Amino acid sequence: MMRQAAMLRRRRTAPNLAIGTGLVASWLAVAMLALFWTPYPPAAIDVPHRLLRPSWAHWFGTDALGRDILSRLMVGAGVSLKVGVIAVGIGAVLGVALGLFAASMKGRTEDGIMQFCDFTFAFPALLSAIMLTATYGAGIENAILAIAIFNVPVFAKLTRAMANSVMAREFVQSARAAGRGPAGIAWYHVMPNILAALLVQATIQFSIAILAEAALSYLGFGTQPPEASWGLMLSEAQDFLFVAPRLAVYPGLAIALSVLGLSMLGDGLRDALDPRLQKIAFQRA
Amino acid sequence: MRHAFYLAFVLGATALISGAQAATKDSVTIGMALEPPGLDPTMGAAAAIGEVTHYNIFEGLTKIGEDFSISPLLARSWTFSKDLKTLTFQLQQGVKFQDGQPFTSADVKYSFERDAAKASTNKDKAFFASIQSIDASNPQVVVLQFKAPSFQALYHLGMNTAVIVDAKSAANEATHPVGTGPYTFGTWTKGASITLNKWDGYRDAAHIAIRHATFRFMSDPSAEVAALLAGDIDAFPRFQGAENIAQFQKDPRFQVTVGGTEGKTIIAINNKQKPLDNLKVRQAIAYAIDRKAIIDGAMNGFGTPIGSHLTPNDPGYIDLTGQYPYDPAKSKALLKAAGVKLPLNLTLTLPPPVYARQGGQIIAAELAKVGINAKIVNVEWAQWLSGVYKNKNYDLTVISHVEPLDIGIYANPDYYFQYDNKDFQTIISKLNAAPDLASFKKYMGEAQHKLADDCVNVYLFQLAQITVANAKLQGLWKNGPIFVNDLSAMSWK
Repeated sequence: MMRQAAMLRRRRTAPNLAIGTGLVASWLAVAMLALFWTPYPPAAIDVPHRLLRPSWAHWFGTDALGRDILSRLMVGAGVSLKVGVIAVGIGAVLGVALGLFAASMKGRTEDGIMQFCDFTFAFPALLSAIMLTATYGAGIENAILAIAIFNVPVFAKLTRAMANSVMAREFVQSARAAGRGPAGIAWYHVMPNILAALLVQATIQFSIAILAEAALSYLGFGTQPPEASWGLMLSEAQDFLFVAPRLAVYPGLAIALSVLGLSMLGDGLRDALDPRLQKIAFQRA
Repeated sequence: MRHAFYLAFVLGATALISGAQAATKDSVTIGMALEPPGLDPTMGAAAAIGEVTHYNIFEGLTKIGEDFSISPLLARSWTFSKDLKTLTFQLQQGVKFQDGQPFTSADVKYSFERDAAKASTNKDKAFFASIQSIDASNPQVVVLQFKAPSFQALYHLGMNTAVIVDAKSAANEATHPVGTGPYTFGTWTKGASITLNKWDGYRDAAHIAIRHATFRFMSDPSAEVAALLAGDIDAFPRFQGAENIAQFQKDPRFQVTVGGTEGKTIIAINNKQKPLDNLKVRQAIAYAIDRKAIIDGAMNGFGTPIGSHLTPNDPGYIDLTGQYPYDPAKSKALLKAAGVKLPLNLTLTLPPPVYARQGGQIIAAELAKVGINAKIVNVEWAQWLSGVYKNKNYDLTVISHVEPLDIGIYANPDYYFQYDNKDFQTIISKLNAAPDLASFKKYMGEAQHKLADDCVNVYLFQLAQITVANAKLQGLWKNGPIFVNDLSAMSWK
């Protein structure tokens, strides 16, 4: 019975992982390509050719200022990638370090750190981002920083909870008895055991970061014109909803597909890396 | 049979009800892009204040019409002395303020002295300061004595900055305006709408068809389109979604008019900021700009190019658009001659209107072609008013100056352009003292040339007034010499 359930789960998991990987990989490929090549310069204004419908010359048409939409979408993919990698990267490094530290120290330090995390966590990411950009000026850097700050407590809380459960296990206690210090235990024994879960969390946070960047740019706090980002493209499309709704559809689809891809990848990874499933597979072998 | 009877009854009743509704439709909902920051036109700079209050709540001595004509309002008639220094008004009799106070020459004296006072924040303060004395000894007659001939006085007195307020209510006009006009202030739902109600005590109340008016604020062109299509608003004068015009023109439920305004859309330059204090740099910016691209890209082609701070509708207008044609090569040469290190980094501050946000991106791209790196900073109106207009903390900005014949603002060295030029100030004082139309036009011409020669700002285009409204609503203005919504003239067909 157990085995049947596991097999069912596997069968369901495989397409998740495959589709997710496919979507994310193609998004990465587009972002990488945009670093070297786009069909047109993404900020090149060409007023006589504004609001063109899709054609061979402009696959996705042009926007209200005659800029090539495909080129802007490609650059937007790079912006999303940059925001995701940096914001989640900073959040993960700081958050995991904080979480491990809290779990190793126990007692008041642990409580203090966790309360600090709860406090930070209580501010909605968008609100703190708006606060930051209002103080230091709108721009992609401040948006990234704000999203990173939001990510720190997410990783810290997860790491600490998992680290605590790993630390209670016998092999950690024997390592401790053998004289390993807290840092050694955290690095050599705890980290390998929680890495899979952190990876899954990182994909989820990645998709949240993309949405946050889009929202901030849409509101005018993120990427500034004439640069391109998906959120900004949505915001610029808003004035032309009744004339050229396609202007909003493309960036909207791009955001939806990348977030969907990341979510499916995260789901797939979680299922694939689930230790319970591994155990069953092991038993079967 | 019974069913048929029932159906006939229902249909008949429906027809009766809708017929009754059509006959009694006496309300109108007007769309506006911006919400006014207050409701006292004599103390605030925002054009939106006048759009709600002027001619509706507040009245002046004279009324500027759609064709820029001047007709009597609170004044019955007037005589100008030969030297254009004494202006005598006969006032309407029996006029009351909405709180029951009588309107007399003392109110005129009080209002104009308040506008000229030291603490006054009136946009047209310089004009009121040019009044030497006001004689209100006869309650039905007011005599204005000017320091110098004041050819333009009747225009100034027709603007919303010259409306008459009552001493008793003056302090609260911004929140609870009380005037002599046909409508009283109703409610103000901040961020959404303002309502006005017909005042039955108005001297000409019998001829006013609209009983209730609502002004709804929506700054997003797509929301404006949706609200019009849904019938949530009946008229949108100064409609922003120029791209959507074709859709409304095809639809028989709507009327669309395109007229001119007094809006001079410019790239304002901070003339004291280095290196913008150098004439060659300002000229380089002017040569780098293709007006047609901006009109097409930001206004869907609606707008007439201008070459100085006056519109083709104005008396004394001269076409100076040829002075700085689009010539990037010349622009680069001027930057080189000015010794500016390229790329030159400047900020381009953009307020919310489409002409600024869309046009600003085109301007930045055009400047980039000649080596000027204009960093776009999008701001909200409040930030623009405090940062650019008040604190002069900017390099370049895109804005439309909608006040008619306001070329005199350049004579004020403290104005946010920071243009301080004695020769120009002399021209303006001569202009203000012009004894007749011929000399008025002559000085107006000199002033336009001087601004173009000094390239104080880059003059882009005259803002079009696009109105989209329910086809059955009458009495809307096609042209907008001043920004008003004259509710008393509106009615339903």
